[in-house]
Amino acid sequence: MKTDIILSGVGGQGILSIAAVIGEAALKEGLFMKQAEVHGMSQRGGDVQSNLRISDKPIASDLIAKGKADLIISLEPMESLRYLLYLKEDGWLVTNSRPFINIPNYPEIEKINEELGKLPNKVTLDVETIAKEVGSLRAANIVMLGAASPFIGIDYDKIEDGIRRIFSKKGDEIVQMNLNALKAGYEVANQIQKK
Amino acid sequence: MEKHLFLGDEAIAQAAIDAGLSGVYAYPGTPSTEITEYIQNSPLASERGIHSNWSANEKTALETALGMCYAGKRALCCMKHVGLNVAADCFMNAAMSGVNGGLIIVTADDPSMHSSQNEQDNRFYGNFAMIPMLEPSNQQEAYDMVYDGFALSEKLGYPILLRITTRMAHSRSGVETRPLQPENQMNCPENGRQRFILLPALARKRFTALLAAQEDFVKASENSIYNRHFDAPNKKLGIITTGIAFNYLSENYPEGFEHPVLKITQYPLPRKLVTKIVEECDEILVLEEGFPFVEEQLKGYLELGVKIHGRLDGTIPREGELTPDCVALALGKEVKSFYSIPEIVEQRPPALCQGCAHRDMYDALNEVLKEYEKAKVFGDIGCYTLGALPPFHAIDSCIDMGASITMAKGASDAGIFPSVAVIGDSTFTHSGMTGLLDCVNENSPITIVISDNETTAMTGGQDSAGTGKLEAICAGIGVDPTHIRSMVPLKKNFEEMKKIIREEIEYQGLSVLIPRRECIQTLTRKKKAAKK
Repeated sequence: MKTDIILSGVGGQGILSIAAVIGEAALKEGLFMKQAEVHGMSQRGGDVQSNLRISDKPIASDLIAKGKADLIISLEPMESLRYLLYLKEDGWLVTNSRPFINIPNYPEIEKINEELGKLPNKVTLDVETIAKEVGSLRAANIVMLGAASPFIGIDYDKIEDGIRRIFSKKGDEIVQMNLNALKAGYEVANQIQKK
Repeated sequence: MEKHLFLGDEAIAQAAIDAGLSGVYAYPGTPSTEITEYIQNSPLASERGIHSNWSANEKTALETALGMCYAGKRALCCMKHVGLNVAADCFMNAAMSGVNGGLIIVTADDPSMHSSQNEQDNRFYGNFAMIPMLEPSNQQEAYDMVYDGFALSEKLGYPILLRITTRMAHSRSGVETRPLQPENQMNCPENGRQRFILLPALARKRFTALLAAQEDFVKASENSIYNRHFDAPNKKLGIITTGIAFNYLSENYPEGFEHPVLKITQYPLPRKLVTKIVEECDEILVLEEGFPFVEEQLKGYLELGVKIHGRLDGTIPREGELTPDCVALALGKEVKSFYSIPEIVEQRPPALCQGCAHRDMYDALNEVLKEYEKAKVFGDIGCYTLGALPPFHAIDSCIDMGASITMAKGASDAGIFPSVAVIGDSTFTHSGMTGLLDCVNENSPITIVISDNETTAMTGGQDSAGTGKLEAICAGIGVDPTHIRSMVPLKKNFEEMKKIIREEIEYQGLSVLIPRRECIQTLTRKKKAAKK
């Protein structure tokens, strides 16, 4: 297997916490992994992205080539569109539908939805609303991960194990809340995929 | 062996600890910061008492590291590429003295300028100082090269420059670690005075020795297991890669190379291996991250030899970091996107955080400077450089660490009024204090704003060398204490801030204003930690 993932969002949204769970699960599966991150100046409210590559064979490049990404996971709808040059023809785009507006010229959300609508394979969901329903806004990234989980190439229960390991220090309640968040995101994606 | 998921920076840090490191010396700078932070947070490093406090700047860091090596111990010194400009005086001369304990100097270059003001390639510094260089191609090599690098430094008797770039520093991969080694015993050099006193008569001998050592350095490169030739059938082209360029090449040949490849990760260039690939192939393509460093050496001014392709003839773009795509195009392969970026997608530049003290400082400063048509504000390096962007448009320059103060002085010497400098607390102690002394000595009529958020914020909130001492430092350097004015940058103090700024601009002498309020990022982190 080989999955090339672009994670995107706005600095401070926490795309790296999604990468951490996938990385944890991949490593336990004995898979190879490379993950390029952005630190420093652009983290301050600017657009941020991370290239995450997992494979059962050694990986050469830290960066994903254009037209080769299997999956774009974005915590922000406009940011999900910024990386379309990298998406495979049959790749999936999974994005939060709620805009993060910190620039004066942010486009109308209808126009963004129109562009998202043109893509054949996509999942859009309001992760904040779903996260609140399952217990905490802080689980928004895990809802996102749940929605992306059918496309990652790692079994769902292995991702659950990753969450258990990463959140175990914070107590059973937090672990369970994040598992619920994962499930809630997964169910949204599962329904869209079936259509 | 255990396998860990490490950033390139973390692999370097863990390797140094495992190799018996006694001290790391550094000033924070993207993308090098995480090396020192990893050592600061390592239980093993603190158990061993490995020195890891931040230095005031890269020059003090390198000199301190050299002192530790003088005493026979192993030291690591880390900086971003432009940091080596600051440390260059020590760097060039440490190549003259050589080392006693092993010394590895890490330069983290930033091609494409993700978080920097230029994309200088510090391999030129390595060549300039004539010392050996390492440029790992992946995180495992970064670990292994550092682990073995201290011994290499000790064997050759010279510092080693380890060059990494952003995609190595800030990319994670699985790394196998090796057994922990003991630290070196303290052991001062026997012929220390002959080597470390660079008086002209002695320095000439050291230079002769350095020149004589070059052959050893070339041999070390030729024998390095990391410089490797890969044979392949199609010899119309030979490809030379340096550092991580090898990965982008490999990405384009998943089934194996079509052309012979020479992978270079240790310098000076391994002469025998370079000669071999040049002799066996009709033309050469050079793939390297950064400037055309190897390409220029091979090509020469007169271009009399074999035909060389790379950044100089446009086969690879002259600017910016390598990508799998630009390498694919250089190899004549197709790069195809299936979707385009919609026109509605707007730029989202970084911005000062909401609630940041620099915002209130700039708001007040901008208000006052509206009253002066010809005011110029000389900026500096840090979060507050973002004052250049909307809605502030508050600064006229940002050149290098500390240049705000000295440029404001020069502009004032030329007649500009008001001439204002804006500098952060950490940048001030890094390189602003000496410039301040120039201003004191002439009582230059400039207004210096030290925007003090009590941390090195841009790189993630590291300790700032001057916290709690700024007024004393300024007074000690000789600024008239009545013109050192502190304030708390908050909306409610807006009128008072404006009044102070106006008074000090009107004062026909040197003033230092110190708006002080903690960085909201470090404050939030502290509050969270306190809750736990």
